[in-house]
Amino acid sequence: MGAISMRLGEVLLGAVVNLNHPAHYFHRGWFQISVANLMVILLMIVVFILALFLPFPGRRVQ
Amino acid sequence: MSTVEHKQWSARVRESAEKNLPPEQLLPDEQPVYVHSWIYVFGVLTIAAFAVVLASGVWLSLEGPTWWHTSKIGLFVNSLHLWSVELFFFFMVIHLWGKFWMAAWRGNRSMTWVTGSIAFLASIGAAFTGYLSQQNFASQWIASEGKDGLNSAGVGAFFNVLNFGQMFMWHILLLPIVLGVLVVGHVLLVRKHGVVPPYPVEGQAAFDTGPEAVVDVGASSDDEGGAS
Repeated sequence: MGAISMRLGEVLLGAVVNLNHPAHYFHRGWFQISVANLMVILLMIVVFILALFLPFPGRRVQ
Repeated sequence: MSTVEHKQWSARVRESAEKNLPPEQLLPDEQPVYVHSWIYVFGVLTIAAFAVVLASGVWLSLEGPTWWHTSKIGLFVNSLHLWSVELFFFFMVIHLWGKFWMAAWRGNRSMTWVTGSIAFLASIGAAFTGYLSQQNFASQWIASEGKDGLNSAGVGAFFNVLNFGQMFMWHILLLPIVLGVLVVGHVLLVRKHGVVPPYPVEGQAAFDTGPEAVVDVGASSDDEGGAS
């Protein structure tokens, strides 16, 4: 039972992002970056913008 | 006979600590109203991720390489160490952007900015030596690629990336000490000078700066006012 649930966890996690291959690269002229790094940078920009504009929960007391 | 009183170093340190970091300032229960924003969360998120990095790193040190290479729990803790580092840098970069765009060195906070910047550089060194300590083909590739760049800068004589033992010691002893001291100093400086306020909106008065400009976030609704 334990082995089955362990195998199930591996399958479910592995299905989200399969990392078992050489890295993909974005390449335009002199500019080259791995897709993983590009995704992280874009995600940081999105989170930064959301942090500026999303309302913070709770009361704001002057 | 001289009447000048010579205090011991312990008394001088105590008096300096009491003057610069009184307990209510060191562990405050209230914050300036402008801290009520998500952008002010990323500093403490970075520290939270750093705590997981340290805890998982201590666990890996106690068990040893054979454990994290061969057991499932070891592999999990090794992965926990890696992914907490990823989050550490993710949060730290957003914290850096937020502080850069609000010019966080204003209001006599230059040393806060400098300690944060040096901590960022030390973190890069800690991550780099961590990748060199993986004992796999990736770490060999990184070491062989990195040695030429470091040698060209004259660093290779005392920081040899092909020397696994040296890189491992930098990773688990020297850089964690440096980073820990810098982070503690950085946080103490934030507590001393207060959280930096955003730039004032054009036509409005600037926020008060410094730790004295605080409001009680637990105040009753009678005290509630509009956003500044």
